[in-house]
Amino acid sequence: MKTNDECRWEHFSHEADMGIRGYGNTLEEAFSQAALAMTAVICELNTVIPLIPRKIECEAPDPELLFVDWLNALVYEMAVSKMLFSRFDIKINKSTLRATAWGEPVDQARHQAAVEVKGATYTELKVNREHDGAWIAQCVIDV
Amino acid sequence: MDTTRLTRLTDYSWQIDPEGGMRVPAIIYADQQLIEQMDDKVYEQVTNVAKLPGIVSASYAMPDAHWGYGFPIGGVAAFDPNDDGIVSAGGVGFDISCGVRDLHTGLTRADIEPVKINLANSLLRDIPAGVGSTGHIHLDKTGMDAMLEGGAEWAVKSGYGMAEDLDRIEEHGRVSDAMPDEVSDHAKKRQRNEMGTLGSGNHYLEIQEVIEVYDHETARIFGITTGDIIISIHCGSRGLGHQIGTEFLKRMVISAANYGIKLPDRELACAPLTSPLGKSYLGAMRAAINCALANRQIITHITRNVFHHFFPQIHLDLLFDVSHNTCKLEPHTVNGKKCKLYVHRKGATRAFSPGNPDLPDVFQHSGQPVLIGGSMGTASHILAGNAGNDQLSFSSACHGAGRSMSRRQAFKSWRGRQVSDELAERGIIIRSHTSRGIAEEAPGAYKNVDAVVDAADHAGLARKVAKLQPVICIKG
Repeated sequence: MKTNDECRWEHFSHEADMGIRGYGNTLEEAFSQAALAMTAVICELNTVIPLIPRKIECEAPDPELLFVDWLNALVYEMAVSKMLFSRFDIKINKSTLRATAWGEPVDQARHQAAVEVKGATYTELKVNREHDGAWIAQCVIDV
Repeated sequence: MDTTRLTRLTDYSWQIDPEGGMRVPAIIYADQQLIEQMDDKVYEQVTNVAKLPGIVSASYAMPDAHWGYGFPIGGVAAFDPNDDGIVSAGGVGFDISCGVRDLHTGLTRADIEPVKINLANSLLRDIPAGVGSTGHIHLDKTGMDAMLEGGAEWAVKSGYGMAEDLDRIEEHGRVSDAMPDEVSDHAKKRQRNEMGTLGSGNHYLEIQEVIEVYDHETARIFGITTGDIIISIHCGSRGLGHQIGTEFLKRMVISAANYGIKLPDRELACAPLTSPLGKSYLGAMRAAINCALANRQIITHITRNVFHHFFPQIHLDLLFDVSHNTCKLEPHTVNGKKCKLYVHRKGATRAFSPGNPDLPDVFQHSGQPVLIGGSMGTASHILAGNAGNDQLSFSSACHGAGRSMSRRQAFKSWRGRQVSDELAERGIIIRSHTSRGIAEEAPGAYKNVDAVVDAADHAGLARKVAKLQPVICIKG
């Protein structure tokens, strides 16, 4: 799922649930890649058409809490709008995140969505900059 | 888990002696093989729980314990409000009051076989399940608050079920002191269209056959015998519970320092039981328990309607309804002294022993029915709370098998169609809106539930009563 060397996502193992991890050249890219990883836990990413925009905003005292908040804001939007998302434009200014998530309503037959995400957790939570300058954002999500 | 770090108490219990900030020991119930297979993270987490303020007796892990968030899944811990005890949102979990409800059918396999396919299709059609599904009931603000205060009792009053159903539910179908005002608008909005939905992932509705009875006297009291067909419903408090868990976890993480609580792991976020935040969480969590009880009641009602179509004379009476992810105020005896404690059960079942005054009269001699869910294709079990388990685990037992393989690994290992076909050859019908979901829930991705219940039985937590095998499984 690489888009370039620094910008990609992956899953990592957790016994009962699933870990998601995003890499990016910026904090925003890492958050965006992690959100793609979350959608990929639910269904095949390439089945979700980025058709309809939804505005998302959140605020938290540090980048790690902001990351969990971002994912939970998406979980909420998915649950209330009954949508899945596959494109994210994010702006982070200190403790505030403003984003547009693009997606479409759930279509069971086409998306074959396997699980709802109940929430993002603080388990294995990490947001930081690696030695090579790339940003990483990760945590375990409860499904 | 490395057993050299443990003190073996009996063949089925292991102790971690207090060290590095632990206020009490940690005790894990498991046989040799289960403990060896248990993740080292369980050691770390059960130890961390033992460090929390006000913990009483010990931090316990059930035989199905695995790596959770803060608390291990399968973790039990009781806290004393008079000793700076805490309540932890992570110690309850996101799916508040997720649980299992079993219904009697009075049918046998021979009755089910001729209609099996149509029955499975009708259940899938009528019970909203899976990602993005919505229920048939849409609650306005007044209705939502009434549901959050009334639980299954509200559901019965609203026409979903019968008054006698309530006799067979923990707390008579309604937890008191729920505070709907402490439930955020976001949580209520998330629930607005989700009443009477099954959910997804490992949630299911199964038609099961009793294939073996171990304890005939208790089975008689529970009303089951070999060959009986039972309906088993596994689901929780849906979006409302998830949102409450999410919001309070964050609030507790941020405020822990203000309460002078040093967290060994952020996910153990908690607040003193007597603090405004602690009280607020307890009120919201109790509302979520009522939501789960109402949800299982509505699904019961839909199930009854489906069955009436095929069997017009049928009565689907409740066997019992248990919750897995809760924190409840209960009387217990510690060192010969009676006290009221807040017992967290995270992926663990309450298992009151015979004679507990909170049990319905019918279960006074047997102890509480403990309903252990399998996964599709694997067995489920019914156990009974064992005499003396108050002193072992605050009257708690295991809740299921637990995964042995991650979802990702399972999805790589199986195709949904292949899993359905293999189960069909064994006479088990699987119905789901998602083939990927079936692959991720393949029986091979779960641990052997038989070993878990054997350990619970031998450890004295709960007695084995009967084993059940799925016939139809509706996957969420």
